[in-house]
Amino acid sequence: MFTAFLIKYAEIGVKGKNRYIFEEALVQQIKYAVRRCEGEFKVSRTQGRIYVEALTEFDFDEVVDNLKKVFGISGICPVVYVEDKGFDALGEEIVRYIGEVYPETEKSFKVNARRARKNYPLTSMEINGKAGEILLDAYPKMKVDVHKPDILLHIEIREKIYIYSETIPGPGGMPVGTGGKAMLLLSGGIDSPVAGYMIAKRGVKIDAVYFHAPPYTSERAKQKVVDLARIVSRYTGPIYLHIINFTDIQLYIYEKCPHEELTIIMRRYMMRIAEHIAKETECLGLITGESIGQVASQTMHSLAATNEVCTMPVYRPLIGFDKMEIVAISEKIDTYETSIQPYEDCCTIFVAKHPVTKPNLNIVRRHEQNLQEKMDELVETALKTEELIIVSQ
Amino acid sequence: MEVYLDNSATTRCFDDVAAFMAQIMCRDYGNPSSLHMKGVQAESYLRYAKETIAKTLKINEKEILFTSGGTEADNIALIGTAMANRRAGKHLITTRIEHPAILQTMRYLEEQGFKVTYLPVDGNGRIHLEDLQKAMTKETILVSIMHTNNEIGSLQPIAEAGALIKKMNPHTLFHVDAVQGFGKFRIYPKKMNIDLLSVSGHKIHGPKGCGFLYVNEKVKIKPIIFGGGQQNGLRSGTENVPGIAGLAKAVDMIYADLDRDVERLYALKQKFVDGVSKIEYVKINGLTGRESAPHVVSVSVRGIRSEVLLHALEDKGIYVSAGSACAARKPQPSATLKAIGLEKDLLESTLRFSLSVFTTEEEIDYTLQAMYDIVPMLRKYTRR
Repeated sequence: MFTAFLIKYAEIGVKGKNRYIFEEALVQQIKYAVRRCEGEFKVSRTQGRIYVEALTEFDFDEVVDNLKKVFGISGICPVVYVEDKGFDALGEEIVRYIGEVYPETEKSFKVNARRARKNYPLTSMEINGKAGEILLDAYPKMKVDVHKPDILLHIEIREKIYIYSETIPGPGGMPVGTGGKAMLLLSGGIDSPVAGYMIAKRGVKIDAVYFHAPPYTSERAKQKVVDLARIVSRYTGPIYLHIINFTDIQLYIYEKCPHEELTIIMRRYMMRIAEHIAKETECLGLITGESIGQVASQTMHSLAATNEVCTMPVYRPLIGFDKMEIVAISEKIDTYETSIQPYEDCCTIFVAKHPVTKPNLNIVRRHEQNLQEKMDELVETALKTEELIIVSQ
Repeated sequence: MEVYLDNSATTRCFDDVAAFMAQIMCRDYGNPSSLHMKGVQAESYLRYAKETIAKTLKINEKEILFTSGGTEADNIALIGTAMANRRAGKHLITTRIEHPAILQTMRYLEEQGFKVTYLPVDGNGRIHLEDLQKAMTKETILVSIMHTNNEIGSLQPIAEAGALIKKMNPHTLFHVDAVQGFGKFRIYPKKMNIDLLSVSGHKIHGPKGCGFLYVNEKVKIKPIIFGGGQQNGLRSGTENVPGIAGLAKAVDMIYADLDRDVERLYALKQKFVDGVSKIEYVKINGLTGRESAPHVVSVSVRGIRSEVLLHALEDKGIYVSAGSACAARKPQPSATLKAIGLEKDLLESTLRFSLSVFTTEEEIDYTLQAMYDIVPMLRKYTRR
C-alpha cells in the first residue's frame, strides 16, 4: 500500500543558513542507504521535506531497516500517494487507509490537513472537518480527540495527495559528512566499533586504522576487523581502513623496554602512527573506544600518558560508560556477535602479567629513549607498507 | 615454497579424481533411480564404486553404505545400531581419544538412556585390552574404537580387540572409525571381527562431502535419515554420484602402490622426527616408527604458543595444525592430549604435522630448516 516515505529530521532543521548543506548531505546518505535495497527509488528534497519515493516494487521492511541506519533522520513516515480525483474519492481513500493500517478501530484520531497547492477547492480546516465526519461514519467506534489522539492523520494536498499517520523513529544525530572526518583506532574488540558509531552519529565521517601483528595475530583476526568495519559502514558509509603491520615495532619495544610498560609504550606508538595517517588523510581528530579504568592502559594516568603524544584532539565517546552500557549499544548496532569471536587481537600476547596502572610520564619518556636507534625507521617502514582496504556494505 | 602438512585435516584432491567427477557432474549427471538411460549410466558409477571399495576391504558390495563423510558414518554406526539393538542391552564402550563425531554422538546416546564407558589410554595413546575386558558386560551392545588417532597418530590393537570382544560376547558389535587409518593400512573387517567401519573421502585425496560405512550384512541397524528409500532404505536421499565415484577413484589410486607409498611416508616421518628432535625442549607425542601412523607427528614446543608458531610457519608457506583446538575463548585443550597425560604447559604448545603422498623430502628439509630458524626467534619473545 505504501509507496513513499516522508523523512523527518529534527536537529538539522535549525541550522540557519547552513541548512541546505545538512539537507543535501542527508539526501546523499539516504540515497546511499536505499541503493542497498531491492527496487528503484527517487530521493527528493522539496519545500523543506525529504521524500523517498519507490519507482518499482520494493520490500517495505528492508527499506525501513536501512533508513533507520541513516544519521540525521528523526522519523520515517510511510506515505500513501493518491491521485486527486475530487474530495469524494479522497474520502474513500482515507477510509481504506484507516481500515488497513488500524484494523482495531476503537481509537481516537485527529485529522491534520495541509494545502501546499492553494487552488484546492477546500481549505485545510474544511478538509479536517469533512474527513473527520467521513471517518466517524465509516467507523462508529472511533472518536475525535484533538489534544491527545491515538492517530494523527496527515493529509497533504500537493500535485498528488499524501496520506500518512505513522512515524517510525530514526536514529537521530546528524548526516554523516557534515562534521568533517576522524580516524578511528579500530581493534577487534567490543568498544572501538561502538566509539566509531557514536562519533559518526554526530555527522562525522569515519576512517579507521588497525594494527596487526603477524604471526602473533592471525589472518582471521584481521578479517574480523574488516567485518566489523563493514557493519559500522552501514551507518557511516564507506570506511577507508588502514592496516599497519605492527610486529617489528612491538618486538623492538619488547626488547628495549621494561615489560610493565609494554602496553603503554605500544599504545603511544599506535597513537603516533594513527595521528600521522590522520593528518595525511585530512582527518580532524582521533577516536578511541577507551573508558576510564576499564583496563590498565585506560586509567586516568595511562590515558594522560597516551594522550601526550598527539596534538590532534582525541575523541573518546565511551569515556564514562560501563562495559554493560557499551555492550548494549554494540548489540543494538549488531557488532557484538562479531566482536566476541575469539581470534586474538594484537593486545593479548604482549601483555605483561602486571602492567603499570599509574605510569610515570618521565619514566616512560626515559624508557622510550632506549628506542631511539631503530624506531623511526621501523615506524617509517610500517607506514610505507600499510595496506588500505575500502570497506563498504 | 608452499608446503602443506595438514593432511589429517584434509588432503588435496587427486587431479584425476577431480576430472572424473567433473565429467560425471556435467555429462553423466543422471539420477541413479531414474529408469532411463541417464539413470542407468549413473547407477553404473555406483556399481564401480562398490566393486572398487569392496575389493580393498575384502567385503561384500552390499555391505557398503555411502554417507556424507566420516561424521555421518560414525553417527549412523552408533545411533543406528544402538536404536536397533536397545532391547539386547543399553551399554556402549568407546575410548577417551575418539574424534568428536564419536564422543558427541555418545553424549547424545547417554541422553537417550544408554550407558557409555570411556576407556582410558596410556601415555602413548593406546588402550589396554584388560581395560576393555573389564568394561565388557552382558549388556554391552557396541564397542567403538578408532583405528588411528587423528592428533597423535597412535594405533589401537584393533584385531586383538575384535577377537576379545567376540570371545566375550559374540553379539556385541564392533565399530571402527578408520577415517585416519584407511588408505594407510590394509584393513580387513571380516578377519578382524569388525562389524562397522567408517571412512571419509577427503582424507585420502578424494572429495569432501563423501564417505562410507561398512556394515556387516548381519548387523541390525536402523536409519537416521528418512525419505525416498535409497540404499536399501538405510540412507535416503539421491546418491552423491560424483562424490561416490570420486571417492572410489581415490581409493583405487591410493591402493595402486599402497605398500611403497606407506614405506616412503614412514621414511619421511622418521626424517622429520629425527630433525625436529634436535631442537631443544621439543617433545614428540606418542610412539614413532611402525607402532604409529605413517603420516601424523605431534610436536610440543615448550614456551611457544601453538597459534604463534603456526602463523610463523604459515608466513613461510608451511601449513600445519594446532594440536589442541584452542578455538574457543576459554581454551579447551584437546581431549586426546589431556588423555595421554601431556603436561599443562605443553597443551597449548603442540602442533600437528601430517604428511601425504604428495609430501616430498625437499619439503621436509624446508620445514625443518624453518623450525630451526623460527623456534629460537620466537622463544626470545615469551610473556614475561
